[in-house]
Amino acid sequence: MTIMPTPDSAASDAALESELKDLIADVLGLDRAQVQAFGPGSGLFGHLPELDSMAVAGLLTEMEDRLGIVIEDDDVDGAMLETFGALLAFAKSKLDPL
Amino acid sequence: MTLCFTWNIPAPGGGVAGEELCVGFDRDRAVRLLVLPAWFDEANKLRRFTLEVMRRLDGAGIDSLLPDLPGCNESLAPLVDQTLEGWREAAAAAAEALRATHVLAIRAGALLAPSALPGWHYAAQSGPKLLRGMLRARVIASRESGIAETSEGLGDEGRERGLVLGGWALGTAMIRALERAEPVPGPAQSAIPQSALGGAGLWLRAEPDHDAAQADRLAALILGGLAGDAP
Repeated sequence: MTIMPTPDSAASDAALESELKDLIADVLGLDRAQVQAFGPGSGLFGHLPELDSMAVAGLLTEMEDRLGIVIEDDDVDGAMLETFGALLAFAKSKLDPL
Repeated sequence: MTLCFTWNIPAPGGGVAGEELCVGFDRDRAVRLLVLPAWFDEANKLRRFTLEVMRRLDGAGIDSLLPDLPGCNESLAPLVDQTLEGWREAAAAAAEALRATHVLAIRAGALLAPSALPGWHYAAQSGPKLLRGMLRARVIASRESGIAETSEGLGDEGRERGLVLGGWALGTAMIRALERAEPVPGPAQSAIPQSALGGAGLWLRAEPDHDAAQADRLAALILGGLAGDAP
């Protein structure tokens, strides 16, 4: 099976990135400008004091609701939550399972 | 003027089964709003918001009453003994004892709203979603402590023996009932989604917080509904 890249994949990646940033700002009560400045290497779990285990649970539940994905216990590990880039890659993999 | 007073839960055969606290703005006015708050951790996150909405309604001439249910806040009853059905009965008893004319149910509070009262469900939360979030928080916290647990395994344990989730002790009957509990608005009750308030729900925040604009908006929607506008 050949996967054809869709013409709007770059646009949808940007939309997902923006949505994920909004979601992080909402859950953690962070300033939107601060979160919009996140890059792939920006640290999350262990770096943001707001992100404790309750907040991680809230973040994952909100990702399920807003992105329409299901996150299993086994999906959740330290690496996936370590940086914004890792979380974005995880969300993308859930939305486009290959 | 905020008032704290007690209300009595009637025993099935008459008399008093229990006494619980109520926070209210009670000036014996025509509209008396029963407020059924969010549950557990969300109750803490939304406590100030809830009171701020009540304060705004008081200023607009509306009485509001926020009773403790058995097992919550100052209650002497153990939380682990509470059931969904028991809380529904307590909410109905509170509506009667406090002479409520309307109801505002917040988040999982919507699972308890007496269907005969007109009113609103704000950002109603279903039982399964509530449990899923609490189970997930416990699994993540356990992993941090090096204990391997799964939501599935904990769910089985909860159905058989009850569970402590985020510090809240839930009995088997409560867990079994929540697994199937969906909020159903009564004929004169309407849903107010979070999107109607602008911004993100305060229950999402890692710390309790307040948003005056959201409280303004929810109070305005209730006042508009009372005035006969579409809520």
